Amino acid sequence: MTDVDRRDFLIGAGFATAGAAVPTEASAIARPPKEMPPQAVGMLYDSTLCIGCKACVAACKAANEMPADIPEYLSGWNENTWDSAEDLSGRTLNVIKVYRNGKVEQKDREIDGFAFVKRHCLHCVDPSCVSVCPVGAMQKDPVTGIVSHDPDACIGCRYCVYSCPFGVPQFDLANPFGKIAKCQFCRHLQKDGKLPACCDVCPTGASLFGTVKDLKQEAARRLAAPAGTPYQFPRGKLGGDRPPNVATIPSYIKGIYGEHEAGGTQVRYLAGVPFPKLGLPTVGPQSPASLAEGVQHTIYQWLIVPMIAFVGLAFLTRRNAPRADAGDTPKSRGG
Amino acid sequence: MSIAAPLRRNLITPTTLVLAALVVIGFFFLGLRLIYGLGAVTNLNSGYSWGIWVAVDIFIGTALGCGGFSMAILVYIFNRGEYHLLVRPALLGGLFGYTLGGISAFTDLGRYWQAYNILLPWHWQPNSVMFEIALCLLAYTGVVWIEFAPVFLERWRFPVVKRFLDRWMFVFLALGVLLPLMHQSSFGSAVLVMGTKLSPLWFTVWLPLLFVVSAILMGYGVVMFEATVVSNSFGLPSERALISRLSKIVGWITLGWLVIRWADLLNRGVVSLAFAGDLKSWTFWIENALFIGAAVVFLTSAGRASQRASLLGAVALLAAGALYRLDALIIGLRPVGNWIYFPSVPELMVTIGIIALEILLYLVFIKMFAVLPVAEASSPRTADRRLP
Amino acid sequence: MDATSNPDIDYKASLGPNPDETVYGGLSRRQMLQFCAGIAATMGLSSTAGVRMAEAATAPARPPVIWLHGQECTGCTESLLRSYHPTLESILLDVISLDYHDTLCVGAGKQALDYKHAMMEKNKGKYVLVTEGGTPMKDGGIYCKVGGKTQVELVREAAEGAAAVIAIGSCASWGGIQSADPNPTGAVGTQTVIPGKLVINIPGCPPSPYNFLSTVLYLLTFGRPPELDQQNRPKFAYGRLIHENCERRPHFDAGRFALEFGDEGHRQGFCLYKIGCKGPETYANCPSIGFGDVGFGSWPVGTGHPCFGCTEKEIGFRKPLHSLATVKTLTPPTAFPQVDAEKGQGISAGAAAAVGVVGGIVVGAGAMLLKQMGEDKKSAPDSTTERT
Repeated sequence: MTDVDRRDFLIGAGFATAGAAVPTEASAIARPPKEMPPQAVGMLYDSTLCIGCKACVAACKAANEMPADIPEYLSGWNENTWDSAEDLSGRTLNVIKVYRNGKVEQKDREIDGFAFVKRHCLHCVDPSCVSVCPVGAMQKDPVTGIVSHDPDACIGCRYCVYSCPFGVPQFDLANPFGKIAKCQFCRHLQKDGKLPACCDVCPTGASLFGTVKDLKQEAARRLAAPAGTPYQFPRGKLGGDRPPNVATIPSYIKGIYGEHEAGGTQVRYLAGVPFPKLGLPTVGPQSPASLAEGVQHTIYQWLIVPMIAFVGLAFLTRRNAPRADAGDTPKSRGG
Repeated sequence: MSIAAPLRRNLITPTTLVLAALVVIGFFFLGLRLIYGLGAVTNLNSGYSWGIWVAVDIFIGTALGCGGFSMAILVYIFNRGEYHLLVRPALLGGLFGYTLGGISAFTDLGRYWQAYNILLPWHWQPNSVMFEIALCLLAYTGVVWIEFAPVFLERWRFPVVKRFLDRWMFVFLALGVLLPLMHQSSFGSAVLVMGTKLSPLWFTVWLPLLFVVSAILMGYGVVMFEATVVSNSFGLPSERALISRLSKIVGWITLGWLVIRWADLLNRGVVSLAFAGDLKSWTFWIENALFIGAAVVFLTSAGRASQRASLLGAVALLAAGALYRLDALIIGLRPVGNWIYFPSVPELMVTIGIIALEILLYLVFIKMFAVLPVAEASSPRTADRRLP
Repeated sequence: MDATSNPDIDYKASLGPNPDETVYGGLSRRQMLQFCAGIAATMGLSSTAGVRMAEAATAPARPPVIWLHGQECTGCTESLLRSYHPTLESILLDVISLDYHDTLCVGAGKQALDYKHAMMEKNKGKYVLVTEGGTPMKDGGIYCKVGGKTQVELVREAAEGAAAVIAIGSCASWGGIQSADPNPTGAVGTQTVIPGKLVINIPGCPPSPYNFLSTVLYLLTFGRPPELDQQNRPKFAYGRLIHENCERRPHFDAGRFALEFGDEGHRQGFCLYKIGCKGPETYANCPSIGFGDVGFGSWPVGTGHPCFGCTEKEIGFRKPLHSLATVKTLTPPTAFPQVDAEKGQGISAGAAAAVGVVGGIVVGAGAMLLKQMGEDKKSAPDSTTERT
């Protein structure tokens, strides 16, 4: 290269790399996590109260008008008259699964025991799905915090499925005109002042609806009380007027799942069996969206860096393009 | 001195016939996908919602199409005009890598009939990396066709267009460097949101840098591979000296990539995972071995001197970059729940069909248009055009 | 003394000179065998046991039975009256010698009681004592007296010479309705009154007559009680939760519940768990055999009223009718999805073949190319020239 070339290069390269400070720590580049909305609604699911009756699965199907879901190996049996969802899917927004160990003798015991777990959207405080959706089909309500989905905006890229740390959104792959399926906290019922269907129908109060603030306190009360204490477990809505489920405090795992996971969620879990055993993924406290957006914004905020880079590059190409063409003349020989 | 000219060969050869057959099969299954849905044709599931159509057709396919990008950097930014002859074939690869990557993306979409939403400003969600990738990819596809337009203009005269391009091509060249820098790094950023769902062997905040550099490397790899294979297959003048000099640059970049990768792995203290003995650890080592092998070939004069070694080195580099993407998107995944995934036969045939189409169109274009440096010019002439 | 092994009781007396022609109380031998086979089946025993039962039941020396009533409503006797196989007459006349029954004996007053004492003396060590009704223990047991003696005394006195003691009904098993809070009379079950002697409990309010009759026949046949659980209840009748055999169980499993009497769900016959059915924590065989031999569904839940746990001491007359039962799920049904079930499609034979074939072609072509390159190394001219 000649001196002129080197100088040109340095000018252009300087433009191209301006502003791209390189961090060494992930947290340094992550943007601040989102805050819980002030009137955030949530759910407290207490696995020790759950009896596995699956009323919530049935109620969710009815409330959201979802079709029956039957696993492959049973599909010859009953022409879709019997819903037996094995997992969340394009037709199932809420599912109950069982943890079994050894002789399966005692409920909520880790060894030789069993426990039930309810899986559906956790309505994260800083949701990955909302952050990654290119067309804004996933939205978080600024007041209630409910994460909702708009199939009319959705292009079916499945980035939300790919990115959810809890494996919640499901694309209905079986349907050529499929949609994303995800619990939306029965917002269509909540706006009329009703409860989400699962909390409404739960006979034991395992699925309890309420504001996140109140539910936090309820969870803390249950964890603080010694095992064996008689307790009145509210049913339906926390602070509502239904008769409670009178039972005793079980031996809980100390901790609330969803308190910190992925930056916190509005649906939280209590259990008598360690959360990973129930299939609840171990997720760190940093919301994935805060890191991904942090990196993206650092490079692309207001497109400053790209525009500067473009100016530099255009400068160089304008100078170099004529010189690059050194005597090679393309000759067309026809077809 | 070589000049670019259409290759005088039959369009219909056994190779093109086989490729055409693969294309037809692939498009047949693509038709089934449109009628019956993704679930009927692919093995996609909730744990692996992005399969080989995304990982191979889009991520790897566009990286293989980075030949034009890599050559543009070298020729127009670093002003190494001696590589000029390699630009057109590289651009051609880019044409199909990106166009077919875009078509694959479209057909992989679950709700493709609403794909236009990405272009509507009231649906724009700028926090999403994919939003930026989509627009950038679309834009770059347009740019690469424009960069290649002079080749068409040699065959079909459109003076107005030619004058416009004569004047403004440098803008498109600049975009042709900027846009891939943006979206190829964003391919890496797109994986950042995976967090704990991606094995720490691949998950790092440096993903965008690793992706863009490996894309550049794959671009060079394609150029070297294509130049060597095509010149040997068709008995054309070989560009060995040129390739040899280029491969030295590529060797240093490859080494640089390895340094960043390993410094990051050691810094995060996750190398022990590489000895777990599972599939992830195996692919990790194969991936690194391929990068190291390529670096060794390109940095040693013996490696550069041997055409065979250089070709193998180029192939190793392509395979390394491809495996890296496959690892970061599929193999390295730790989905929520006990999911497994391997593409189904129809799924594989669609991908194979798309790749066959890329190769087929490449072969057709080099025979119809002045892309390859096929012959000696009768006398040396100074440049009388400013265009590639 | 353990009534189960008393050698003085010989129930296998001879059948008489012409056994096949013998007619017993209106039943032919074949009918008798059929009836006993049915009873055996109820208890889960083989038909040979049925034959043995027939032999025992028709033995001329019918074992004497003393039947006492304490605090009771006579419902258990009423239930017995409604047995049809065998009918009560054939029991009374042919199977056992009901020497004393507070309700059914024809005599009354002192004469009846004297007869009872005489029978107890005469058959000392050989009779079966059946108690129906609770025994009050408070204040010396004065709250139930017959013939000037408290029930406590009467039970203890009768139990002394009994070969076996059977407590029929929840009242005799654990206290029953009068033992409900605050239990003002201190009512208890028979076992509490005579702790040293085995009391076979047949709880229920009332129990199905066949639970009682089957137990009696088993006792007569084999000389020992059938297999008993922790509360000395025969396992063939009380070994399973109602929840395990309930015909509405699929509704429970599918989450379909009646929420109020008369609502849509109630009229559809949905599960009654949410209106307080104690089936999930109550051991009994009501859903299997029903009551009154009037066909399917002739039990409380079948008619649309939740079970109130009448056989269980802590539940019947203790837990409020409409409070939720504690579900004693012994083992979750296999239809529950496991948290760690493996899902998704792995590599299929076809996919492996497709990948293998394509891979093979690529490697083969590559090898051919490399070989060719080796031969042509010197033949292709190098087109690049040095630039100044």
